[in-house]
Amino acid sequence: MKLSCQDVDRNKIHMKKVPYRHSISKVLGVTLFVFLLFSVSISAQEDGAADEAATEAAGAGDTAGDPAKGKALFNQNCAACHALNRKMTGPALANVETRLSEDEGLDREWLYKWIKNSPGLIASGDSYAKKVYAEYNQAAMTPFPTFSNEDIDNILAYTAAPPKTAAPAAAGADAAAGTSGASAAGGISNEIILGALALVFALLVGMLFLVNKTLRRIAEANGVVLEDDASPKRLPLWKAFAKNQFLVLVTVVFLLLGSAYFAYGWMMQVGVDQGYQPIQPIHYSHRIHAGDNKIECKYCHSSARVSKTSGIPALNVCMNCHKSIYQVADETLEEGKREYGVDYNKEIKKLYAAVGWDEENQKYTGESQPVEWVRIHNLPDFAYFNHSQHVSVAGIECQQCHGPVEEMEIMYQFAPLTMGWCINCHRETEIKVEGNAYYDKIHTELSKKYGVEKLTAAQMGGLECGKCHY
Amino acid sequence: MNSFSKIGIVFGLLLCVTACADKNSPNYQYMPNMYEPVGYEAYGEVDFLPNRQEAMAPPANTISRGWIPYGYENTPEGKELARIQKSPLDSLSMEEDLAVGGQLYTIYCAICHGDKGDGQGTLVKREKILGVPKYSDPARNITIGTTYHTIHYGLNSMGSYASQMNTKEMWQVSEYVMKLKQDLTK
Ligand code: HEC
Ligand code: HEC
Ligand code: HEC
Ligand code: HEC
Ligand code: HEC
Ligand code: HEC
Ligand code: HEC
Repeated sequence: MKLSCQDVDRNKIHMKKVPYRHSISKVLGVTLFVFLLFSVSISAQEDGAADEAATEAAGAGDTAGDPAKGKALFNQNCAACHALNRKMTGPALANVETRLSEDEGLDREWLYKWIKNSPGLIASGDSYAKKVYAEYNQAAMTPFPTFSNEDIDNILAYTAAPPKTAAPAAAGADAAAGTSGASAAGGISNEIILGALALVFALLVGMLFLVNKTLRRIAEANGVVLEDDASPKRLPLWKAFAKNQFLVLVTVVFLLLGSAYFAYGWMMQVGVDQGYQPIQPIHYSHRIHAGDNKIECKYCHSSARVSKTSGIPALNVCMNCHKSIYQVADETLEEGKREYGVDYNKEIKKLYAAVGWDEENQKYTGESQPVEWVRIHNLPDFAYFNHSQHVSVAGIECQQCHGPVEEMEIMYQFAPLTMGWCINCHRETEIKVEGNAYYDKIHTELSKKYGVEKLTAAQMGGLECGKCHY
Repeated sequence: MNSFSKIGIVFGLLLCVTACADKNSPNYQYMPNMYEPVGYEAYGEVDFLPNRQEAMAPPANTISRGWIPYGYENTPEGKELARIQKSPLDSLSMEEDLAVGGQLYTIYCAICHGDKGDGQGTLVKREKILGVPKYSDPARNITIGTTYHTIHYGLNSMGSYASQMNTKEMWQVSEYVMKLKQDLTK
């Protein structure tokens, strides 16, 4: 690379005689560029086609009327406890009607009765009702007395031929093919572009070498004397430099100052962990939770409201959602594999293993192991920082200190957490007085003392050593 | 030409030093013995406890601060008995309680139940969690007692929130839920 740079320089020097030699490479470059343009638009068309195919396939499934209504009812009322193909609190409901009539000889009437009032049916001594009730650890199914028979017919139609799973079964395959096709197309077109660029570059370099060679030959043929061969022996530059003592002194001073500057910079960053981004035992993504799904920070970091530490959520908090969310959506999974090389579903399995959740039987096994999260933000022991004072009293957003957490796939330390950082903010930030009776009196007195309308945290005593060091 | 390559080498080394600094491991410290705590830190790892885990459930038969023992069992019958409970909060401070309850509701419940309690939170709209009811659902006929019971124990696929709020806060949220139910049925 370095060699070729210098060759370019030399080319420039010798270029005068044959000025239009470059045009070949230019033409080549232009054609390649045009070709690239085409290849991009080609792959874009492919993407579009794949999308259309997918939407068509999805659209085709929706045509049946009743199952669609049934799906809405099912999602609203039953999905908390039932899934179609998976045991949850209650049994899997796909084809429940045929299953019950074949295995147990129960008809639709029984289902009406069961769904409208299952506790009543159990109490009435119906043998199968008692049996499933016992089988599911006597978990009670909510009665739905307000349902009409028609509603239940809709739901049963959905469980028999669910539009979404019929579509996904068909469209799922299609869409999978479509998306993988599309992404493959995307990947290829990216690679093509990169490859083509590399090719152009290699060509250019080759051209330059050739041009250089021909020029030299032409120069020789014309009898032009090349400069560097011709220049007479002069005093080497460094010797001339060493002889001039003033120059040496100035350089030494500059060198010393420069290295002192860098050494200072290096020593100041010792002990500062800005940008620290350890690998966590479970690949937990704030981008997905706090960004895409907009879960409040304090949902998980609930002690930030009321205490010094902000805390890492216990696993039961995760299970509030992950009892139901046992795998991520297909797009999410796809994105994770493509952009971060992580299989999100495996990460959720890690969570289940740690908390001891038996997915098959939907209950806890009682064997749990702690997840050893690696702590990132950590002040030295001699400094005291309290979250509730900043989050609840001062009303500061988490993001002001922790950065764009909702975009972080992997958590890192955003702020330096140095003393200067704390102090700066205390000097600049005004305290929140409204609605805080504690400040009524002290605020009026202090603002009189300092002669200002609004007090900063520093004027409240936020610079006193003892507040942070104890 | 020689000096060029020297400069190149120096820059290369500088690049290496800055770019190869490992962000997966913490930086050096000057005086670790003043930085590392001698006492136990919250959520730390210690040798003498089960699982080497400092965070543990409170011992049996003790009451955590801010907590009042709850007398109803986690069964359908217990829930029916809990139905007629009254809120222990002072009705004179209703407005403040509702304000606090509203904030807590936004943090802990709105993600599934929606800001208005209509069962249309962000997670439901994105089809991550299904089967979240409206508070005004007549078949459920929720009261402040069953709401508290549900927050305390959870219900089927809804988890318990007793680890994130204390007794008073759970009642404040329950009151706010009743207000939402009223607004929905209006
Ligand atoms: C509160 C959780 C819950 C809800 C909500 C719920 N179910 Fe159930 N369901 C159960 C449980 C648990 C069982 C197993 C029997 C038992 O323990 O009572 C069950 C059993 C059933 C059965 C019998 C299945 C079999 O294989 O024997 C059917 C049918 C059924 N439910 C339909 C529905 C429908 C339709 C809805 C929505 C309108 C619904 N359930 C809502 C919990 C629920
Ligand atoms: C669904 C639960 C959840 C939500 C919501 C959540 N977090 Fe976290 N947070 C975690 C977990 C688990 C960890 C530990 C793993 C890690 O560091 O990535 C963590 C780690 C952190 C850390 C680093 C802790 C350390 O070790 O220094 C910070 C800072 C943080 N979260 C801030 C936020 C902020 C700000 C928000 C809101 C935008 C938020 N979190 C939302 C679960 C959550
Ligand atoms: C309020 C609900 C909620 C809570 C609480 C929650 N999650 Fe999630 N989690 C989700 C949703 C929603 C997704 C994404 C599902 C999708 O995109 O299809 C998800 C995805 C994940 C994934 C796969 C993507 C990724 O981040 O790597 C993991 C792993 C995960 N959660 C772990 C955790 C852990 C550990 C906790 C507890 C600290 C937790 N979750 C708490 C809702 C929640
Ligand atoms: C004023 C700045 C500031 C704000 C605002 C802030 N933090 Fe922190 N956070 C810190 C500092 C400093 C630490 C290191 C504390 C320590 O080591 O004692 C920290 C540590 C943490 C930790 C690691 C565990 C712990 O408690 O030590 C988590 C998790 C966390 N913060 C989450 C949050 C969340 C969630 C919010 C918003 C509700 C928030 N922080 C708001 C400065 C802040
Ligand atoms: C984003 C701005 C900000 C940052 C950064 C910040 N603080 Fe604060 N801090 C405040 C505000 C505002 C208050 C006043 C809160 C109040 O009303 O009591 C405060 C108050 C305090 C107090 C109580 C002061 C008193 O008078 O009682 C302490 C202690 C404190 N901060 C420590 C720290 C430490 C340690 C750090 C650095 C790790 C830090 N703060 C970083 C804004 C900040
Ligand atoms: C707003 C909170 C705050 C106040 C006020 C404060 N400090 Fe600090 N101080 C810190 C924090 C946080 C650190 C740790 C910085 C780090 O780890 O890089 C620190 C570090 C130090 C250190 C460096 C120790 C070391 O080993 O790096 C000294 C010395 C110090 N403080 C002295 C003082 C003195 C003297 C005062 C009073 C004039 C004072 N501090 C006021 C927050 C504060
Ligand atoms: C992860 C999503 C989720 C969150 C967060 C959530 N819920 Fe629920 N909630 C549900 C589901 C699902 C049901 C239906 C449970 C069933 O009937 O099986 C439900 C049911 C309820 C019910 C009706 C209980 C009954 O008697 O039928 C109430 C009341 C309720 N939730 C209140 C709350 C409150 C208050 C909060 C906040 C502290 C909250 N929920 C947070 C998912 C959630």
